[in-house]
Amino acid sequence: MAATTLDIALWRGDAAGGAFQRYRVPAAQRQTVLDVVTWVQRHVDSGLSYRFACRVGMCGTCAMTVNGKPRWTCRTLVDAAAKDGRLEIAPLANLPVVKDLACDMTAFFDKWRRAEGRFRPAPGLGGDFAVVPPESAARRQAEAGIECIGCAVCYSACDVAAWNSDYLGPAALNRAWTLHNDVRDGAGAARLKAVAGDAGCHSCHSHQSCREHCPKHLNPTASIAGLKRATAWAALKGEI
Amino acid sequence: MRAETGLWIAQRASAAVLALCVLVHLLTIVYAVQGGLTAAEILGRTRGSWGWAAFYGVFVLAVAVHAPIGLRAVMRETLGWRGKSLEAAVAASGLCLAVLGWRAVAGLFA
Ligand code: SF4
Ligand code: SF4
Ligand code: FES
Repeated sequence: MAATTLDIALWRGDAAGGAFQRYRVPAAQRQTVLDVVTWVQRHVDSGLSYRFACRVGMCGTCAMTVNGKPRWTCRTLVDAAAKDGRLEIAPLANLPVVKDLACDMTAFFDKWRRAEGRFRPAPGLGGDFAVVPPESAARRQAEAGIECIGCAVCYSACDVAAWNSDYLGPAALNRAWTLHNDVRDGAGAARLKAVAGDAGCHSCHSHQSCREHCPKHLNPTASIAGLKRATAWAALKGEI
Repeated sequence: MRAETGLWIAQRASAAVLALCVLVHLLTIVYAVQGGLTAAEILGRTRGSWGWAAFYGVFVLAVAVHAPIGLRAVMRETLGWRGKSLEAAVAASGLCLAVLGWRAVAGLFA
């Protein structure tokens, strides 16, 4: 039962507030949610603000709240997300709105920095090729979380991030876990200390909303559980 | 040690103790009820028994550690209550549980 037009509600506004506005958008085959938003901007209101870049699920910039759920809009088909030809599209939750559907991602990426989410070369690295056995336990752990595209879908889906604006969040902690398992990285205890703070990995309730919504099918909950174990051992050994 | 890590370890360790204690406690209740033991008969077995006193003493300690840490998280998240006043309040709640619980244990023993 293909509708010929879609009933679209887009959130319009800025940091001070806003409301949903309704639009009628022609339906098309294999149309994505991002296509719908783009159609409105091209044909109805060129002032509509939203963000995207790659359109193929790589850059992580196009995430929005679609019918109440955080999703990557460039890879979400209208058919999969719409209810009776209706879509309600809002900016991501848990981040301040810049305008319309575009969020301010500053806090999200600042938290990657606070979680020591950057590579710190181990002393002496670079003398020769680093050998990372693909089958080693550490590499497998890193592998499981490495494909993150930084879309903040998980962060938007996380209740703890909603309750505590300081919480580092699933993406930053997942990143810290992949680096912790990178044998070439030398941050060690400093990173574990960074994620074991007041609003770090121990604040996670393991309720797996991040895992449920991550478009890359990563499991930040498992990464965070790994950090909890690693920080516990480090604490018992007196390293942090 | 970072405070959050220490609390997490305490929470996990006390949970493991509680799991065992609750099981033994439930089996004890079922045994007492099915066996039709009277209060006097139960007291007859617990009075002067260091084994039961130690078991319930540890049970109370695990509760007094576990519950306040959970309460602390709930308060922080739902009320946004933080800082020294919260730490004092949850410590007091733990102390309260310990004192009341151990008082009951003493009642079984003495
Ligand atoms: S599992 Fe942890 S990080 Fe993931 S959504 Fe739940 S609280 Fe947030
Ligand atoms: S973990 Fe998944 S949902 Fe979170 S930012 Fe990375 S890709 Fe997006
Ligand atoms: S536009 Fe790049 S991931 Fe959607």
